[in-house]
Amino acid sequence: MNNEVAISVKDISKSFKVPHEKHDTLKSKAIHIFSSRKYSKYNALSDINLEIKKGEFFGIVGKNGCGKSTLLKIIANIYAPTKGEINVKGNIAPFIELGVGFNPELTGRENVFLSGTILGLSRKKIEQLYDEIVDFAELNEFMDQKLKNYSSGMQVRLAFSIAIRSDSDILLIDEVLAVGDSSFQRKCLNYFDKLKKDKRTVVFVSHDMETIKQFCDRAALVDKGKIISNDKPVIIANKYNKLNAPALQNNSKTNKSVQGNITIQVQDEDGKNKSIFSTGEKAALVFKWKKNPSVKNLGVAIMNNRGDFIYGTNTLNLNNSGIEKVQQFFVSIKLDLKPGSYYLTFGTFGNNQMEVIDLIEHGPDITIEEDEHSRFNWEGNVFLPTKWGE
Amino acid sequence: MSMKKKKTNLLDLVRQLAITDFKIKYQGSILGYAWSLAKPLAMFGVLYLVFTIFVRIGSTIPHYALYLLLGIVLWTYFSDTTLTAMRSVADKGDLMRKVYFPRIAIILAASITAAITLGLNMLVVIAFMIFAHIVPTGLSLLFTILLLLEFYILCLGTSFILSALYVKYRDIGHIWEVLLQLLFYSSAIIYPLSIVPLRYQKLVLLSPITQIIQDARYVLISHDAIIPHNVLRFPYVLIPYIIPVILLVLGYIYFEKSAKNFAEEA
Repeated sequence: MNNEVAISVKDISKSFKVPHEKHDTLKSKAIHIFSSRKYSKYNALSDINLEIKKGEFFGIVGKNGCGKSTLLKIIANIYAPTKGEINVKGNIAPFIELGVGFNPELTGRENVFLSGTILGLSRKKIEQLYDEIVDFAELNEFMDQKLKNYSSGMQVRLAFSIAIRSDSDILLIDEVLAVGDSSFQRKCLNYFDKLKKDKRTVVFVSHDMETIKQFCDRAALVDKGKIISNDKPVIIANKYNKLNAPALQNNSKTNKSVQGNITIQVQDEDGKNKSIFSTGEKAALVFKWKKNPSVKNLGVAIMNNRGDFIYGTNTLNLNNSGIEKVQQFFVSIKLDLKPGSYYLTFGTFGNNQMEVIDLIEHGPDITIEEDEHSRFNWEGNVFLPTKWGE
Repeated sequence: MSMKKKKTNLLDLVRQLAITDFKIKYQGSILGYAWSLAKPLAMFGVLYLVFTIFVRIGSTIPHYALYLLLGIVLWTYFSDTTLTAMRSVADKGDLMRKVYFPRIAIILAASITAAITLGLNMLVVIAFMIFAHIVPTGLSLLFTILLLLEFYILCLGTSFILSALYVKYRDIGHIWEVLLQLLFYSSAIIYPLSIVPLRYQKLVLLSPITQIIQDARYVLISHDAIIPHNVLRFPYVLIPYIIPVILLVLGYIYFEKSAKNFAEEA
């Protein structure tokens, strides 16, 4: 049963015509009838091959505009491929986003029936599920109000509550976690848990590597319209982080200090420049600055790619560091961080941290690789020295 | 099993889309649905005044009022359905980019809403007839239903073609409005066909719209109405009856062929 193929994608290519001058009226067609059509072809996908097995939770990751949503829409039969063949066994829940078909001028109740029908539920089925849908969305008193009077949170709750009733064999889910607050996200994760337990076939598009790793059995990395890797989620997450790393470094803000007087380098223990580390590896951070007697302290922080402050250290507790006399210093840090993308923030200070002399707000990026061979015996953002006992 | 499920879903979908269109269309107006009955009646009132008082064509022929009313009710059905259906697919572009559903459901929903309105309008016509002491027989009602079925097929076929073309070329919107004017004035709706020279009678009766209106006048109101059988010889007399079927088949094929690209083009 597990080897049964649910979705098979063979040599799929998709190109969109992007007109330079829009000739979509007969008149302009007539006027330009002898001039060659001016449009460029935009290849959204080329030569995609993919097999998704029955009962598999399959992730698709990639940067914005890489073609992953187009791929999902081709699987959903929304777009016709320019070339290639696609076979789907079993019926497919056609939803790509939440709240499809919602009409703001109709009441909540009417929208449940409208959206549910568009998602492929029969009228009878919706009638049976109606109370359940409303209870789950916690909108009992609002069902006779027009949808336009709902808050966006209420709309999302209702949409989600309808979407999860889908009884299709195959579900296509695109970035649902991007909307909603944390309690909604928890509901989503619970739903994914249930899908996984029920062995449903799911194709899931996301930017969030944590969710991909947590739920997916396999994942594909799409870049510039091609599948560049199709592997275990940890490996895909790793490649995805690497793919994003250079993009961060090209950021013009990166590595520039406010005064232009300080630099920072990331090296391994042998003094070679390095930006990709494994969890637990040691990194040497080398700081240089223009000699300045008022520089008395250094501080460095590690931020994750969302800008959360993960760890910081400074020289304030270092007695007689002698920093005011030198112009180079280093710190060695054991990177007990979970895999992902990070960047450094570095500054020079006077006698206390309030007295900032120079600062690199977005310093070099550090990528912590996924450990592809063994899972850690710890989870979370950082490793804390731990001892278990009786 | 899966085939059966698909069928019921299509029916549910058509029904749900039709209900939604209906609710949205009449939302915020006090008279609501009554407008779709009042509009042809108002148009009838205006034209009746013009053609019996200012231009005295109407007052010279018997049953002119009923001819006119029936003609306008049938014409309104044709023009409303085709205009609404033509834009309906393009208007659903956003929805089509988000979810797959059989695109044909959009056209079916639009055609069914219009057909229900036509049915109610026909009841108004029959009420007027009874008021004028012309009581329809069972047989004439049966023929009327067959004619309405022919009309439905004609409208559906035309809607398939127009809506698929409109997704690609928005000019069709303007072209169709002009063509509708041409059809309206050439279809013997506001004047009796008897005042048209014979060779043009033959020509306009080749059009299924004129044929349906004249046949309906013949079976419901008076055998004075000129029908294809009076002026056209076999096999030409079959042409107006065959056109709707041909349009439906060609329209359906063209629509289904275009449907796979609706999501990107609409």
